[in-house]
Amino acid sequence: MSVKRLRGLLLFPPALMLSGCNLVLLHPAGDVARQQSDLMIASVILMCLIIVPVLIATAVIAWRYRAANKNAEYDPEWDHSTQLELVVWAAPLLIIIVLGAMTWIGTHQLDPYRSLTRIEAGQPVPADVKPLEVEVVSLNWKWLFFYPQYGIATVNELAAPVNTPIHFKLTSTETMNAFFVPSLAGMIYTMPGMETVLNAVINKPGDFDGFSSNYSGHGFTDMRFRFHGLSPQDFSRWVAGVRADGSDLDTAVFDRLNQPSRAEPVHHYARFDADLFHRILNQCVDPGQMCMDKMMAIDAGGHAARGNSTEDAMSGAPSMTAPAHDAATH
Amino acid sequence: MPDRPAIWNFLLGRLSLSSLPLDNMIVIWTFVGVALGGAVVLGAITYYRQWGYLWNEWFTSVDHKKLGVMYMVLGTVMLLRGFADALLMRSQQAVAFGSNMGYLPPHHYDQIFSAHGAIMIFFVAMPYIAGFMNFVMPLQIGARDVAFPFLNNFSFWLTVSGVVLFMTSLFVGDFSHAGWLGMPPVSELRQSPGPGVDYYIWGLQLSGLGTLLTGINFVVTVLKMRAPGMTLMKMPMFTWTTLCTSGLIVVTFPILTATLFLLSLDRYIGTHFFTTGFGGNVMMYVNLIWVWGHPEVYILILPMFGLYSEIVPTFSGKRLFGYSSMVYATASIMLLSYLVWLHHFFTMGSGADVNSFFALTTMMISIPTGVKIFNWLFTMYRGRVHFTVPMLWTMGFLITFPIGGMTGVMLAVAPADFLLHNSLFLVAHFHNVIIGGVVFGVFAGINYWFPKAFGFKLDEFWGKLSFWFWQIGFWVAFSPLYVLGLMGVTRRLSHFTDPSLQIWFIIAAFGAFLILLGILSFVMQIYVSIRRRDELAVGNDPWGARTLEWSTSSPPPPYNFAFIPRVHDRDAWTDMKKHGYQRPLEGFNDIHMPKNSGAGVLLAALGTIFGFAMVWYIWWLAAVSFVALIACAIAHTFNYDRDTHISAQEVARFEQHTGNWEPKAQGATA
Repeated sequence: MSVKRLRGLLLFPPALMLSGCNLVLLHPAGDVARQQSDLMIASVILMCLIIVPVLIATAVIAWRYRAANKNAEYDPEWDHSTQLELVVWAAPLLIIIVLGAMTWIGTHQLDPYRSLTRIEAGQPVPADVKPLEVEVVSLNWKWLFFYPQYGIATVNELAAPVNTPIHFKLTSTETMNAFFVPSLAGMIYTMPGMETVLNAVINKPGDFDGFSSNYSGHGFTDMRFRFHGLSPQDFSRWVAGVRADGSDLDTAVFDRLNQPSRAEPVHHYARFDADLFHRILNQCVDPGQMCMDKMMAIDAGGHAARGNSTEDAMSGAPSMTAPAHDAATH
Repeated sequence: MPDRPAIWNFLLGRLSLSSLPLDNMIVIWTFVGVALGGAVVLGAITYYRQWGYLWNEWFTSVDHKKLGVMYMVLGTVMLLRGFADALLMRSQQAVAFGSNMGYLPPHHYDQIFSAHGAIMIFFVAMPYIAGFMNFVMPLQIGARDVAFPFLNNFSFWLTVSGVVLFMTSLFVGDFSHAGWLGMPPVSELRQSPGPGVDYYIWGLQLSGLGTLLTGINFVVTVLKMRAPGMTLMKMPMFTWTTLCTSGLIVVTFPILTATLFLLSLDRYIGTHFFTTGFGGNVMMYVNLIWVWGHPEVYILILPMFGLYSEIVPTFSGKRLFGYSSMVYATASIMLLSYLVWLHHFFTMGSGADVNSFFALTTMMISIPTGVKIFNWLFTMYRGRVHFTVPMLWTMGFLITFPIGGMTGVMLAVAPADFLLHNSLFLVAHFHNVIIGGVVFGVFAGINYWFPKAFGFKLDEFWGKLSFWFWQIGFWVAFSPLYVLGLMGVTRRLSHFTDPSLQIWFIIAAFGAFLILLGILSFVMQIYVSIRRRDELAVGNDPWGARTLEWSTSSPPPPYNFAFIPRVHDRDAWTDMKKHGYQRPLEGFNDIHMPKNSGAGVLLAALGTIFGFAMVWYIWWLAAVSFVALIACAIAHTFNYDRDTHISAQEVARFEQHTGNWEPKAQGATA
């Protein structure tokens, strides 16, 4: 048997196994994840330029200079060569300069806060397209999604029309989680009292995995949801369906939802209190709690605010205002 | 507080019978096993009347070599514990698919991965590196002990205190389920009201203090106690890395202490540093803990880089290539390691400029690391490479570590990290560098310096077997995790729904089983070698090594060197051999040495009691033990009887007996 065929046989089982599994990070269905994945692959290729020769050299040198090989040159005092040392510093430096430039550009282009400029490679976002707004809340241990443009909300189910930019705003009630749909885009933390942002787009229709990718306690394992990439018609139908079978999401319902639970089934809500996400973000869902943005506005006001009594502040009287996202960390 | 008369609550705090996990069969059987094993060991010590010997010669010893050996024993015992956790996790993940929930419910599984990580870092890797630095560094610089010998003993026992608290949590109460870094809000009182996180906090506070004192001790030792002639640029590489690592410890461990202190304020007196609401911020903890946590991984790897830099030249029969490059590389890794912590949470959303900065600093670390790899290769180049067991482990490192380095740089590419963060790919990466770098280094070092410590070599057969099981087992266990990471599987899950993942977890579990065989082979290697110690006996310099520790006898006398050597070259011992050095057999003087002290054991025991009392809210005991701790520490400062002298006759007897002794059985060659 030739060496080539032997090698083919050796490589066959792993190749077969890899073809049987879905390496979603290498074949994502969303443009942001696609670009992140491309950068990852490019970095591997770039580093292999140096890693592969090093590994080969290790094997070759170890074999050639084995003690039993008396033919090999032996120079026990040879411990310095300016040229070689320049090379060993310069070679990794060059790779890192190239990789660093790619990373700098990629980090800025793929900043989750940055609005999308393209739907896919070669297809810029049309000027008249408004992104789908989704407000995401991680609770113990489930996901709540608000669709302010449609007035609906869901638990553990997310849907979006294909080739439409999605603008996520994310926060958390108590624990810290990370919102991750590997097919769609890289993850982003959801943190209590803070708002993060993620811009993404799904390019292929399909039913994808979504989950928390930051450990958050006993129910973390089951903190999963489905993400549906739908055609515009199917998306309209889905919205209509949620409106038809959904109930109300008010403060009382939210408080129940906020109790820890594991493997929560999908819920649909046809209506929700308009400022609910704002109150969750600012930790003031229950009446009587002062919203963080208000508290911060008072703090920021300094002397001016001192004049007001606490009661005034609690009732929302202070004159200065601060935008809600001041509560967020950027 | 349990429902019972107030006097009991006063006496026992929140400790009660229900604190014992009597409903958990796994824990009960573990306890039975540990109790039986412990009873056998303690019984044997009593039966053979070894308590006095252990107390006088080991526990109270301030001899850096004995403390080094005790650290290595501690690390090995805890390796078994930490690895048992790993086996539990691997088997749970291999079976928990679909309707099968596995045998570990989440609240137990979560404690196991938290304990595994914390134990492997704090009580396996840290004792091992502290053991190497203790045993080797003073010998390498031609010193008779460290700068603060009593402090050294105290540091060791503080580490043991941490171990005792961690092990107690297994059987009394439970352990933290907040991950190895105790991340809030999971570690805050609201989500972890039990004693688990408190065990974690106090265990790490005690052992962390010990580590800090070790760091201070070693910085001073390296800077002040080198033999005449040994300038900084003539220090052996292992000593250089010890200096850099100790510097890192001194700068970063106070951050760990402060961070955990803030967390304990949150938990004990209701402050809101890291809580949700009331102005607390989780991300402050995440930042602080990684400001310590990232340098920590370099604290672990730098001494290993130094150790490889000793082993490669020795077994290539050649000077280390590019010594100055190595020194500058080590120093730049040390400095850069302070500037990369944010790469552990790019996904916080801190913005493109911040992320880019930390991505670039992280990548920059790969430059000096790459230089080191090249220099080891060029050290072998034009050498005569002997593939002894230490060298085999080093070759395993040279093949394994660059792959881990590559996946590390992939994770440093911030946009790629948004996909890979917290995934099993990350888990595979850090095991790739910690096992491939630190663990392989530990075994290389044990095989390399064991003859120096005990006067006989370790058995080659079991050593090679252990190496191959570990090397193959590592790839079988962690390649599947790389694949699973690319399939988008996140870490710390106790159950899976997608059946296509299962085969990978089964392969990984099999790899863990191979590693188990590697660990058992190592234990067997130690056992067989002790049995065959007469056959395996070697002289003072069995490997034809190059640094000063090999110039004294094996094992070295308590005073290390009868005459402090004078250093003329980087490879001081090679230089001495070249000039036909013979050890003098007469003309000795009395040698002034530090005296043993039981104060370290006492203080650490009081510290352990204090920690236990704090965990269980037994306030009176906490107060009493804390006051006693401070009082004893102050009292100890008035103990002026700290010196002892080894008489010239005794030195002469020892030197004439062992001076140029060589075993009869075999030639002492590599």
